[in-house]
Amino acid sequence: MAEGMTWSVTDGDKLTQAEVYGEVLSQLGERYPDLVAITADLASSTKIGRFGKKYPDRFINVGIAENTMFGMAAGLAQAGLRPVVSTFAAFTALRSAEQVRTDICYQNLNVKIISTHAGISFGQAGSTHHCTEDLAVMRSFANMTVIVPSDGLETGNAVAAAMEWPGPVYIRVGRGFEPPVNKTQDYGYAIGKAITMREGQDVTIIACGVGVLQAIRAAEVLDRQGLSARVINMHTIKPIDREAIIQAVTDTRRIITVEEHNVMGGLGSAVAEVIVESGKACAFRKLGVPDCYSIVGYPEDLYHHYKFDSDGIVETVGDLMRMEIEEDDDWEDET
Amino acid sequence: MPLTPEEIQGLTKKAWEIRKTIIETTFTCGGSHIGGSLSQTDVLVALYYKYLNIDPARPDWEDRDRFVLSKGHGGIGWASVLGEKGFFDKTLLKDFNKTGSPFGMHLDSLKVTGCDASTGSLGHGLAIGVGLAVGARLRNKDYRTYVMMGDGELCEGTVWEAAILAGHRGLDNLTAIIDRNGLMIDGPTEQITTLEPIDEKFRAFGWEALTIDGHDFAAIGGAVEQAQSVKGKPCVIICKTVKGKGVDLMEGQAQWHYGGLNSDLRDQALASIDTYYREVLG
Repeated sequence: MAEGMTWSVTDGDKLTQAEVYGEVLSQLGERYPDLVAITADLASSTKIGRFGKKYPDRFINVGIAENTMFGMAAGLAQAGLRPVVSTFAAFTALRSAEQVRTDICYQNLNVKIISTHAGISFGQAGSTHHCTEDLAVMRSFANMTVIVPSDGLETGNAVAAAMEWPGPVYIRVGRGFEPPVNKTQDYGYAIGKAITMREGQDVTIIACGVGVLQAIRAAEVLDRQGLSARVINMHTIKPIDREAIIQAVTDTRRIITVEEHNVMGGLGSAVAEVIVESGKACAFRKLGVPDCYSIVGYPEDLYHHYKFDSDGIVETVGDLMRMEIEEDDDWEDET
Repeated sequence: MPLTPEEIQGLTKKAWEIRKTIIETTFTCGGSHIGGSLSQTDVLVALYYKYLNIDPARPDWEDRDRFVLSKGHGGIGWASVLGEKGFFDKTLLKDFNKTGSPFGMHLDSLKVTGCDASTGSLGHGLAIGVGLAVGARLRNKDYRTYVMMGDGELCEGTVWEAAILAGHRGLDNLTAIIDRNGLMIDGPTEQITTLEPIDEKFRAFGWEALTIDGHDFAAIGGAVEQAQSVKGKPCVIICKTVKGKGVDLMEGQAQWHYGGLNSDLRDQALASIDTYYREVLG
């Protein structure tokens, strides 16, 4: 492990987000003796069980009782412990929304929630096991920090950073393997600070989670078409990096958001709020699941079906570039 | 050790004061969950004035016993006890329900000193209590956790999820208390949805279960001490109570789940409480 690093995984770019999470959490157990891991019969599916194997005395499986799990996490935090909770995103954000909101967020407790199988990453399972609403729900809870890591290594960084971040944190990850966007873990990850993955001046693609890789691929295609696309990895949905968004509006005046979530309430909505409040004109499109319950299928097929894969992004950029917006070089008169 | 007659007399006088504070505060705040606040009062007084290991001067003391009022609508009664106990200046209760006041109907743990958990949505407190009890074990702390629930609250499935878990883990540092006043908002519990046999249900989930008169300090004391001595399993104390206890016009009346008082009703209520206690204390 390099100096200053709190975790290290071998072949982190070949592991799923959840696998990296499980490994990192078990490594953090030594640094944080007050860390307690809890799950509701999903020790192996969410990979939190790896912590349990290493620290059985600090691991609690409550059975299939998510509401009790989140209420109990609140009690553990009030008892001075550092609970980390994992289940599927649908159960966190929908079944246990009230416990997360009232027991944890209302009391601003130090509970870290890592939810797996988010979005449509468990595409074959159908909508009971999809979760394209969690960002909207979690973002609306005061005190909550909301993070969507782009790959396994970023998941490790986010989990480690969350341990030092005050109050409740929600980190959403997928289910299966997705190709990585980061080659190493050492790229200066910080909660709330967007990462520019690629510079560009014609259009900005703001993405989170699996959308980041699709955005990078789309930018490569656009480059060959003579369009310069900036790609921003907006891994923290709340607090959102307003500066990065306003800079993108100023520099490119055309923005697309990409997320594995309903286009209502998640990253796209959060970005739109910042753009509108900036008072600056900007052509804007949101890509994601278009306010429907997803069809069943393999995730990559679904990304394509709902046009938030690289092909869909390229197509939407084309639409956006044809859109007429007010040309005005003098931003000062619009503030 | 059983409570002495002097202790019982002291607790009775304290409950007298608390009931009057509930009436006065309800009058000034415009309306409160008065019925359930009056039914829970004797148990709260016994806990706060005899059994809880707490120190109002050190509300965040790590080793303190924890109390969670899962029936959070009893907040006005709980705040009356916390204020009387000295966790905060009890004259602050005059602002109860007022805009910007720390005191709303359901207490906020970040605003009310001595309040160990924000509650109000029913069915949450027992799971929080399980977390506090498991946390005590993990941190090698000897504190105990008490969770008071309403009887109507037992309709909530989350109560039973948490009960299964507490039984499974043998949490003998956890005591649940049921304010069994027999009424929920819309009427008698057993008419709306059958809860009995509550004791047998908890026993089936691995708990010790005691049933007592929740207005009898000797019985409350005996049950709390028994709960403290049970080993290897959590204990529930089912306290048979009367909604609106101490105020004749409210006793056993579901409509007094929530209500306001004009000055006439306030005076009648206070007079009824005084009459009741003069009789009790001889």
